[in-house]
Amino acid sequence: MKSVYLMAAVLLSAPALALDEPRTPLSDPLQSGMWSYHQKNLLGDPEKIEFDDRVIVSAPASAEDSFNVPVLVDATALEDVQQMVFLVDYGPIPKILTYWPEQAEPKISFRFKIDQATPVRAAVQTGDGVWHIGSTVIDAAGGGCSAPAAAYASDDWEEHLGKVYGRVWPDRGRVRMVVDHPMDTGLADGIPIFIIEDLELANEATKEKLARLELYEPVNEDPAFTFYFPDGALGSEVRVEGRDNNGNEIDALISAVVSQ
Amino acid sequence: MVCAPSAAVFAAPKKAYDLSPVQVADGLWMIEGSTEYFTSENGGAIVNCALIETGTGIVIVDTGPSRRYGEALLEVARGLNGRGVTAIVITHHHPDHFFGNQVFGATPIHALPETRALAASEGDGFADNMYRLLGDWMRGTEPVPPNADIASSLLEIGGRTFQTLPLSGHTGADLALLDQKTGTLIAGDLAFLNRAPTTPHADLDAWRAALSTLEGIDAAAILPGHGPLDRSGQSLTQTRAYLDWLEATLEDAALEGLDMVEIMASELPPEFAGMGAMPQEFHRSVAHLYPQIEREALPLGN
Ligand SMILES: [Zn+2]
Repeated sequence: MKSVYLMAAVLLSAPALALDEPRTPLSDPLQSGMWSYHQKNLLGDPEKIEFDDRVIVSAPASAEDSFNVPVLVDATALEDVQQMVFLVDYGPIPKILTYWPEQAEPKISFRFKIDQATPVRAAVQTGDGVWHIGSTVIDAAGGGCSAPAAAYASDDWEEHLGKVYGRVWPDRGRVRMVVDHPMDTGLADGIPIFIIEDLELANEATKEKLARLELYEPVNEDPAFTFYFPDGALGSEVRVEGRDNNGNEIDALISAVVSQ
Repeated sequence: MVCAPSAAVFAAPKKAYDLSPVQVADGLWMIEGSTEYFTSENGGAIVNCALIETGTGIVIVDTGPSRRYGEALLEVARGLNGRGVTAIVITHHHPDHFFGNQVFGATPIHALPETRALAASEGDGFADNMYRLLGDWMRGTEPVPPNADIASSLLEIGGRTFQTLPLSGHTGADLALLDQKTGTLIAGDLAFLNRAPTTPHADLDAWRAALSTLEGIDAAAILPGHGPLDRSGQSLTQTRAYLDWLEATLEDAALEGLDMVEIMASELPPEFAGMGAMPQEFHRSVAHLYPQIEREALPLGN
């Protein structure tokens, strides 16, 4: 119920906000009523911003599972990417994730909880300060944001909390991992927000930082990611460290599997 | 008045199902659905239903996706037999198989006990999604769960006897019915033919075990849940081959560290690419099955 009220509040206030134009008004290829609001409030109303076909957002046209909508964002056609912000136009909590690729390619796969049909945006900032926006639309039956986590159906979820399942493919420049966590949005009745806030990847041998993530409520329960790296950037072991909003630490070592 | 609506607005025909029963055995008719996915054009008429003549009237197996479909089915039954509908049997709790129930009033609607429970607990959620996918076709439809348990291995209605096979795998409870008079096996969604199997509630090992059970029956013909009548058993072999391929494909993808979007972009083998509702059903199955499969494939790092 709570998400419905929040959504209604956003919709009611939308006309007033629409009069309040962003500094650099854009022509949204998807013509959504919410884009300019997010451009101002979520991206901080940047001056240098454009829709850019070089930011490719791939996702199924329709969400089969509202709790696990897969998205792949590829901005490898851009040089010098600093950060990537992923968000939805319509949903009680629009911001999904911020990714700082650092030593990784500006490309990532993740899953999120969808609340209703919405544009999904990737806002990619390059070193010159310009924001490049890519989009796609996902249709959905909805409800993914306001239901309790499935983990509570089993009574041993606390034992799994923060477990990391993953693998490194150094020669293919790929890291895949799943982190066990309920990722409670705080929108389900009687269940407070409980989410992983930060994750960081480092090369275990050199201790060099590889990539960093900031997660928000819409990231799916048991977050799942693929990270992509240029040739030679990965060793055979990657250290994953992170923390949730209740102070629980995540620490895991994921490795290449030696074929026998 | 600013402007009167044109006559064309009023002339727009109400969307109607065109159900044509085809007799496939003695006193047994099939209504064959489209092999597409749900669309606002097909109204969800993608499912096969059976109508079987008995001494007390027609038995209908599966009632379709909507109230309007149920009404059309009732008309068909009345046209086949003056006594009307004596009983309903529901193979499993998926909405395209039982959402016509509300038309049949006090008629006994038989199903496995777990199917009744699942239809009751999941019906409203299914209805939301069906209204979204099918729009006006769903007008007035309310999910009515089956009202009678199938609890014995033989079901006798109006002098006609059916062997009941309580199986699972497509869902938590899948009923197959063998008409003893004609040897026709009504397989529900345990068998698909030339239409991609669906997996939202699938347990692949249980499904394969159910297929083995059905393969052990020397059926004269198999009426699959979706796709044409099968007189050679190929619906069972094809369904098994698809499930095996699907599982192997997802396991291989997990060993390669692929994301769901990457798997969905991969090309389907020719033997499955031509099935109805492809590639949508493959994409749906990736969403249903991959999270669990990859969890089992990835080593624990802490
Ligand atoms: Zn089904």
